[in-house]
Amino acid sequence: MFVLSIFLPLLSYVVCIFLNNVVREKILNFVSCALMVFSTISSIISLIFFYLEGDKSFIITNWISSGSLNVDWSLNLNLLTVTMIIMVNFVSTIIHVYSVGYMSKDPRRIIFMGYLGLFTFFMLFLVSSSNLIQLFVGWEGVGLTSYLLIGFWSHKDEANKASLKAFVANRVGDFGLLISLFTIFIVFGTININEILLLVNSHSQSYFSFFGFQIHSITLIVVTMFVGCMGKSAQFGLHVWLPDAMEGPTPVSALIHAATMVTAGVFLLILMSPLIETSKFSQNLILFIGTITCLFASCVAVFQNDIKRIIAYSTCSQLGYMFMAIGVSAYSVAYFHLLSHAFFKALLFLGAGSVIHSMSDEQDIKKMGGIYNRIPLTYTSMLIGSLALMGLPFFSGYFSKDLILEFIYLSDSDLKVFAFITGIFGVFLTALYSSRLLITVFHRENNSDEKVFAHIHESPIIMIIPLVILAFFSIFFGMIFHNFFAGSSLETIWSKFMFIDSETNQAYSYGNVPKFMKKLPLVMILLSLITVFLFYFKFPRTKQLVKDKLNFIVKFFYNKCYIDELYEKVIIKPSKYLGRGFWKSIDIDLIDNLGPNGISRFISSLGSKVSNLQSGYLYHYVLSVIIGLTLFISIYIYIF
Amino acid sequence: MINLPILPILIALPLIGLVFIFLSSEEDENAEQSKKSALWTSASNFVLSLYLPINFDKSIPHFQFVNTFSWFNNDSLRFSLGVDGLSMPFIILSTFLILACIIFILPQAKKNMKMYLASFLVLESFLIGTFSALDLFSFYIFFESILIPMYLIIGFWGGERRIYSAYKFFLYTLLGSVLMLIAIIFLYQEFGTISIPKLLDYTLPFYIQIWLWIAFFSSFAVKIPMWPFHTWLPDAHVEAPTEGSVILAGILLKLGGYGFIRFNLSILPDASIFFTPFIYFLSVVAIIYTSYIALVQDDMKKLIAYSSVAHMGFVTLGIFSANIQGLHGAIIQMISHGVISAALFFSIGSIYNRYKTKRIDFFGGLNIKLPKFSVVFLIFTLGSIGLPGTSGFVGEYLTLLAVYSKNTMVAFISTLGVILSASYMLKLYKRVFLGGLSENLDKKKDDINIYEICLYVVLVILIFIIGIKPGLILSYTTASLERIIQFYPISIF
Repeated sequence: MFVLSIFLPLLSYVVCIFLNNVVREKILNFVSCALMVFSTISSIISLIFFYLEGDKSFIITNWISSGSLNVDWSLNLNLLTVTMIIMVNFVSTIIHVYSVGYMSKDPRRIIFMGYLGLFTFFMLFLVSSSNLIQLFVGWEGVGLTSYLLIGFWSHKDEANKASLKAFVANRVGDFGLLISLFTIFIVFGTININEILLLVNSHSQSYFSFFGFQIHSITLIVVTMFVGCMGKSAQFGLHVWLPDAMEGPTPVSALIHAATMVTAGVFLLILMSPLIETSKFSQNLILFIGTITCLFASCVAVFQNDIKRIIAYSTCSQLGYMFMAIGVSAYSVAYFHLLSHAFFKALLFLGAGSVIHSMSDEQDIKKMGGIYNRIPLTYTSMLIGSLALMGLPFFSGYFSKDLILEFIYLSDSDLKVFAFITGIFGVFLTALYSSRLLITVFHRENNSDEKVFAHIHESPIIMIIPLVILAFFSIFFGMIFHNFFAGSSLETIWSKFMFIDSETNQAYSYGNVPKFMKKLPLVMILLSLITVFLFYFKFPRTKQLVKDKLNFIVKFFYNKCYIDELYEKVIIKPSKYLGRGFWKSIDIDLIDNLGPNGISRFISSLGSKVSNLQSGYLYHYVLSVIIGLTLFISIYIYIF
Repeated sequence: MINLPILPILIALPLIGLVFIFLSSEEDENAEQSKKSALWTSASNFVLSLYLPINFDKSIPHFQFVNTFSWFNNDSLRFSLGVDGLSMPFIILSTFLILACIIFILPQAKKNMKMYLASFLVLESFLIGTFSALDLFSFYIFFESILIPMYLIIGFWGGERRIYSAYKFFLYTLLGSVLMLIAIIFLYQEFGTISIPKLLDYTLPFYIQIWLWIAFFSSFAVKIPMWPFHTWLPDAHVEAPTEGSVILAGILLKLGGYGFIRFNLSILPDASIFFTPFIYFLSVVAIIYTSYIALVQDDMKKLIAYSSVAHMGFVTLGIFSANIQGLHGAIIQMISHGVISAALFFSIGSIYNRYKTKRIDFFGGLNIKLPKFSVVFLIFTLGSIGLPGTSGFVGEYLTLLAVYSKNTMVAFISTLGVILSASYMLKLYKRVFLGGLSENLDKKKDDINIYEICLYVVLVILIFIIGIKPGLILSYTTASLERIIQFYPISIF
């Protein structure tokens, strides 16, 4: 069952790619969705099996065996993997169904469905793998499918650039992960996840010689691994690819760049949580980067005008929250936020897709407005998604995000004040950009073309059903499941699968958080909503004022803090310059001219000089004979 | 087991095919008859070469299928052939790639087609000879004779600057080999034997090892090629015809790697340890330096040629880290590069045959015109990048792991090559295949023909098989490699 739940999406890919143009489209659409449904069902069944039989490893076959390095193709079934697999399969199924409607006018829609299947497979493979090298296969595999899907509309130059950028930025992260894998093998002598976690304690004091320095080996492992996670989960510094990735079709943004792939970094760190616990430095680093990302991305989100980019930056900042939770050892809470975020962010993206669909492919929110009564279902789902994202009470974001803030409050981390204040401020910003999005898109007067406005229509039923299902989970997921991820039952459920900080958890269960602190996020949300309300409805003129007076700040954040430009100047331009320099001046000028060409020139010039000696005059020859004889005789006499 | 003299047969068979080609009296550019005989010869040679892995005993580290003939009626100068786990995969690779080249030639027309086919058959015979030679003398003869058909292929059927490139190629490699010849003569004079299995049992004094090591190095470093001896490669590739590039990148470069393992590493262990930092330095420079150069190339073949130098950098890293992971990695990397670079050069050949140019600027949006081909090319590109699951990954991973255990800085810097390779290969793919259709191309759809499809499907399957089950190759090599690394300090078991 478990194996099925992972390989059925691959089957869907194979079917879609090889039977494209052979079998009728409708059948293929149906088959790929049906396979996904089966896959979801079998993953739920494997959860039942897990309860009956406990965790288990499925070894498929041997992969690499070289000396003591033994890598199998194998799958791990435990609570952490199986719940993640259910989420991935479930969201993927919904997005498969949605795509049937969304892509219905695209000539390559079947291939699109195939790619979705392939992506799902790699994601499941990543999640379920029992060793880190196989995890790396899934890790790069989702990067590949993300590359393919961002660049799906390959006639658009922007899309091609974005896909290339995504792949390369991810590769920078993968570079870190590779170093981490090498170190793990040399320190632990194995790359099997379960074995590593067993061995953590015996290596917690070991040192590793890196560049000639003795470095705490687990710190090195975790820091380099975190670089990989930064790439995949778009943390500050390596986040540049995620907003550009919005060039891909919207279902892709929902599935890959919101719900599943970008959370892989968080998932990996949760999986390796006992490792992280032994290194204080890396915990602080993770907390710091997460906090910075959270702040930076939500600031930028406030000033963006592209509906998908706003949500993309919001994803960035939410991932920042998850890393903050990891930085304070609240792994279960991070995981909780990961799951709930998957639902409401997928909902937001699909809702945005539905808006874009009804606005004839318009993405600029400045050109929308006043359409809430034209597309009521889409509006409702966007509203639910936004409320869940803000963390309004009783929506799922409320439970998960507030838990993170409370755990930060309770933790004993060095950076906790900084993180907590930023986290609270992040809540304010989240509410700010979400409500700005809702108001500019749905309320306000309309700013679009008349043609477009006349054409606005609710999306077909096949796109609405997924929205409804996701909306249901965005509302209720947190409410139903929050007891599983924090509080008294936490340890009995999760302690085998991730590190649980029982002290903080106990403090939490005893209600050690002051009432005031608990209410702070809500206060922030309300404050933010009031600001937005005043800004847009009561004092619309302040807007112009802000634009004039604070132009610098607006521009700074609108241009994403000029990080792309910085990279272009610091990395890309010099690389090209370097390449050209190596090629023209070293390869051609130095090596070739000194080497083969130089030698051949030398020989031919030597030849012409030597041939000058053959002058044909007798006295030249006689002279050289005499010189030669004298030389030989004098040498002879000298020696003997 | 029947005692078939399989290696002499493998060497002789292409020469028999040669007779058939010259017997036919056709003179036109198509030369159907000759093509057929070349196809049959190379196909049967490939099938016959599969006899080796089937009957190979994996547990024996020594040479198998040994045949010995006397040479000059002298007991110490004997001509003997045999394979071990190290050379066997390369023989299969050679017979496979020659067959692939012949298949690729089938639909084409070329001036002097008979000679062209004949060159490839001769090349095949010499290649097998080089990989199976068990004495230094015949190794040297085969190793050098390969230059002759290759020189003809580049100089006769090549592009505009073919004469310059062919000379550069010939002189560069010949110059390197002269020192090797001196080393071989020295070995014979000193120890009275040129048999490789016997030399494996000798322990030479350190100061002699150093000189011999340099002599062998100069020959193989040019061949593989290492920085800074690589400048012949881009020129040779750009001017060579498609099939020539395939053989050059697919097998000829591997002669260098094979030589390094067979001679420098096996016979001269002390000198190898002494020179390891030097090799590390050259390899790291090769990986980073050529990757940067590849980023700014305008010619597809030149780009792949530079990337080959970078890939070979991983091979030398793996070889001289001298542990089982490193050697396994180096061998997989060589085989994988043999398949992938061959595939890429075939693909560029397919493009060149259609549009008569290899300039990257000329193209754009080719995936609209050649949809199936663009998928295939993407897979080759990914293989070259070393995406896990393809063969490229296994080689890179194992070699880097092996180096990491010896020297973290070297491994760290070389791992940066992983980022660079993704940049230049995907940039190539983007510029040629993606985007709007270039103005230079017409709208007409025209996809790859049946010969190409067959070839590419086989190559794609190979890339995945090696990537998913590298053990199919590695299991043959383990015993022989363990015998080599026993001379070295252990880093990873």
